Order: sequence, then C-alpha cells, then structure tokens
Amino acid sequence: MEKTVTLPADTTPAPAAPLPGRLQRMRDSDLWHSFRAHPSAVFAAILLAIVAATAFLAPLITPQNPYDLAALELWNSEIPPIWNAEGQWPYVLGTDTQGRDILSAVLYGSRISLIIGFASVIVALAIGLTLGLVAGYFGGWVDNVIMRVGDVLLSMPFILIAILITAIATASLPTGLKDVLAAPILIMAIAVPSWVQYARTVRASAMVEARKEYVQAAKLIRVRPWRIMLHHILPNCLTPIMVAATLNFGLAILSEATLSFLGVGMPPDQPSLGTLIRIGNQYLFSGLWWIVVFPSIQLCLIVLSVNMIGDWLRDALNPKLR
Amino acid sequence: MLAFLLKRTANAVFVMLAVALLAFVIFRFFGDPVEMMVNEQATLQDRIDLRERLGLNDGFLTQYTRFVTNAVQGDFGISYRNQQDVMVLIQERFPATLELVLVATLISLVVGIPAGVVTAIYRDSKLANMLQLGSIVGVSLPSFVVGIMLILAFSVTLGWLPAFGRGETVDIGWWSTGLLTPSGRAALLLPAISLSTFQVTLVMRLVRAEMLETLRADYIKFARARGVPARRVHWRHALRNCLMPVITLTGMQIGNLIAFALVTETVFQWPGMGMLFIQAVTFVDLPVMAAYLLIVSFIFVALNTLVDITYAWVDPRLRDDSARGKG
Repeated sequence: MEKTVTLPADTTPAPAAPLPGRLQRMRDSDLWHSFRAHPSAVFAAILLAIVAATAFLAPLITPQNPYDLAALELWNSEIPPIWNAEGQWPYVLGTDTQGRDILSAVLYGSRISLIIGFASVIVALAIGLTLGLVAGYFGGWVDNVIMRVGDVLLSMPFILIAILITAIATASLPTGLKDVLAAPILIMAIAVPSWVQYARTVRASAMVEARKEYVQAAKLIRVRPWRIMLHHILPNCLTPIMVAATLNFGLAILSEATLSFLGVGMPPDQPSLGTLIRIGNQYLFSGLWWIVVFPSIQLCLIVLSVNMIGDWLRDALNPKLR
Repeated sequence: MLAFLLKRTANAVFVMLAVALLAFVIFRFFGDPVEMMVNEQATLQDRIDLRERLGLNDGFLTQYTRFVTNAVQGDFGISYRNQQDVMVLIQERFPATLELVLVATLISLVVGIPAGVVTAIYRDSKLANMLQLGSIVGVSLPSFVVGIMLILAFSVTLGWLPAFGRGETVDIGWWSTGLLTPSGRAALLLPAISLSTFQVTLVMRLVRAEMLETLRADYIKFARARGVPARRVHWRHALRNCLMPVITLTGMQIGNLIAFALVTETVFQWPGMGMLFIQAVTFVDLPVMAAYLLIVSFIFVALNTLVDITYAWVDPRLRDDSARGKG
C-alpha cells in the first residue's frame, strides 16, 4: 500500500487570494497615496507629461518643421504672437527673423533638451553606480583612486568642468564632426562632473553591506562579485539614488541650457532650448521679445516641474518624515 | 589640532596639484603652443628654436614642474589671442567679478535670512507657503533667463537701468571699483540680482531648516516661559544660533558664485574674469583657460579648506576623522 502523507487539516493553507496585479499593487502603495495627497506633485507630473508628449510628438503637431529650410518663407518673418493685432494663424507664438514658427522651434528644442538631460543622468548613473560599487566592495587602492578622482572633480565648480570638456572636445575635433557629436559631447560634459554624488552614496552603503553575513554567505558559495554587487548590494541603496537622479535630471537640463546659451552647447541648426534663448537674446533690443521669452518660459516650466517632483519624492521616501 | 591642520592642508595641496595637472595637460596637449605663437611667415628653424626656448622638448615631469612653479609665482604665460601677459589680463578683470559676487552674496543674505525666518515662524501660513513656492521657483530659474528677463523689464521696457557694461569706474591702486559712482552702482544692480537668485533660495531654505530645529530647543521654550517677547525670541535668540551654518554656506558658495558669474557676465556683457574665460574658450586661448581654471579652483579649494579648519577649531569633535566618516 502506498504511503500517503496527510496533513492535519488545521495546517492546510487557506486558498490564497489571487495575487494583486502590478497595477493594483502600485495603486495601494504608500508612494501613490503620498503622490495623490500632494497637489503640487500631481500638477508637476501632469505638466511634465504634457511637455514631454508635445515635445516627442512635435513632428506630428507643429505647423512646420522649423529646421527644414525649404519650409521657411522670409515674408513670414517677425510675426508677433497671435493675440497681437498683427499675429497670423498658424504662428501662435509668432515667428523669428527667418520666418521660423516659434512654437515649432520650442517643441523641437524641448525634445533635444529632454533627451540630453535624460541621457546625461543615465550616463552619470552608470558611471557612478559602477565605480561606487567597485570602490565600496573591493576597498583598498581601487577605492582610494576612484574616490580621489571624485574629490578632485568636486573641488572644481561644476559649470567649469562642463565648459572645459565641451571646449576641449570641440577644439580637438575636425569641423565636420563637431556638429554631429555635439549632443554626445554635451551628455558627457554634464555626466562627468555629476557621477561622484552617486558613487559616494553607493560606496557608503556597499561598504556597510559588504561586511554583512548574507554577503559573506554569498561569497562563501562563490557567487560572483558582480552578481553580489548588482543583486544584493545595489537594491539596498536605490532610494537615495532615485531622489538624487530626479533632482539631477532638472539640474542636467539647466546645465545643458546654460552651456548652449554660452555657445559651447548645441549648434544653431539643431537647437535646444538654451540655443534658442541664445539666438533670441540677440533680438532683445529690437522689440522681438517673443523669440526669447517663449523658449525661456518652456525651459523654466520643465525644470520647475522636475524639481517639484524631485522635492516631493525626497520627502515621500524619507522615513524620518513619515 | 595641528595634525588636522596639516592633513587638511596636505589634502588641499594634493587637489590643487591634480587640478594643475589637468590645466597643464589642457595647455600642453590640446593644440601646439608653437603653432599658436608664431606668425605664418616663421621658418621651420624659427619654430624649432622657439620649441627649444619654451622647453617643450623636455620631459613631461620637468615641464609639469615648471608649469606649477610658474603658476605659483603668478606666471601663466602670454595669451595667444592678444599677446598680453595672462596674469595682467586676469588682474584687470578680477575686481569686476569680485564686486559682482560680493554684492550678490550680500543680497542673498539680506533677502534670504528674513525670508527663511518668516517661513519657519509662520509655518503653514499663506505667506510662508508663498515664500516656499517662491524658493522652489527660484531654484528652477536658470540664472541667464533671470538676467534676460530683468533686462527685458528694466532696461528695454522701462529704461531704468543699464543692460550691459560696468558704468564709470574709479581706480584705487590696481583695483578698479564701480561702487563709488552712481552709474557704476546702477550697472551693478541687475547682474547682482540675477546672480543672487539661486543663492537667495539656498540661504532661505537653510535658515528655515535651522530655525525649525532651533525653535524646538529647551532654551527657546525657557525664554518664552520667562516672558521674553516673541520677536526677541525669534530674531535674537533663535536666529543667532542659526547663523553659523549660514556663514559656512556663504563662504563655501563664494567659489561657486565666482565660477557661475561667467554666465551672468555673458548676459550683461560684464567685463569680468568670466567673460574673459568665455572669450578664451571661443578662441581656444589655452593659457587664459588654464589660468582661469587654476585661479577659480584655488579660490574654491582655499575657501573650503578654510571653512573646514575654522569648523574644527570651533568644534573639537570634528577634528577626529573617524567621526566624520571618510569621503
């Protein structure tokens, strides 16, 4: 006769309720509730969503491609915004001196600004997390070298490093490549001075975690170091990293705009918001205020909404404030 | 204390040497100094002679040592663009930048401290919420946008204040000041305001956080219980204890402001060091770039070190490195 193991009835697990779906779990989370309770965060998120959507759908919704020279008509130049008596449809926000629609230019420019800002945060995160993990996990001279380089980077003003990197990169590149590589250069210029912050955060937590028993146990059964770092140590420090990355996204967009405004960023034929402001700045005294004002407003709105989300996230994820 | 002092100074020297290495590499390897200095008619022999005279054939370490030695003595070579001594160029421009930075710092303290105190005392009131919102807007406004909008409002539309330049200046020794003439002061106003926007919000947020902390302290409760008027408690007893971090922040931010002034100087065509640097960047004038990098970093590092040492002097707990944690 076959032996059957029968469990006593009282230990039979109750039929589990169906696991809540991902969406349901998200809606039950503390973070979502906190988000709903902060009107400024909701407002900022909606604003950012609108800006991002219009920026990425720009080719579909703008009246013209502002960088297709064939689409520009000189007799459409210097038209003021639509609410002005001389305004003309479809140039809602007016046109510049070459007949370029300002609204189209702003939306295309936002796209470039958002992409560069986002990419530079990603690159900085990649560098910072890798170096921070390596430094904290291995310690010794590796740690020393990495953190010393970080110290030196932090002892120079951010903007200065970024300008130097773009200046040197463009000076040493042949003319043809300069404009093609303008965006990657800018991304690096912003990422290089900003990885240190991530590296320091991760390093501190990696040093603590590396001594804990579960990591020792993982080492003992020969889990590879990179696996320990990525799967065991990294998840422990993601919260402060997430807050820093959000706030740095705003800072990165600002830095990109500043560099482009100074003339060491995006070239005029593929302008970001900063480049548009630089161009518009030349017409400040000729009464064509709309060329500079609208890109400026858009830039401020983007940075403001990112910062508001970042501020909310910092408070929401801070256990001391709960 | 002596050990801490030595350690901190050694650290600063190390950082400066590293920055100098960077400046040297920029100066030496991005563009050939000989090509930049000779005119087109120079023969090959001239070039070889010049190369030898400049010591460009020496070893890397020898050249780097020479670069550092010269830099310490204030010799940064000759500008490629206008054939002038770089140090003289910077010396001419330095007063303009420093006056701008100091006035901006003053504005940030005069506006930021009261705003911070008010937001802390009347927490959750309408005024405090407005100021809080204002502070996040202030952090988000790019300083060049603030500058452009100020020009648009006060120079283009209203015509009250000049939009560029420094106005009339008065020389006191080698220092040229714009503070002594009406036109100089008028010209300084808009650039200083635009440079200070970010700093104002920084000071305000710090004062607010410190005040909230201090107001919970026992001695404040005691003062209240004793019947000291609220105004005196807030503005005298509480504020005083918040000022030390503010002074620290202000000191450390001056280096940052000097660097960031280059943006403001570009907007307002302010004849300071930053404008000199941006022009040097456009013309790849490497000696000027290297010198600016070194000087600004030096001010930055020196201020940070000074603040750290002052702190350790005031608060002995900080002398112990282990208490501070590394990095």
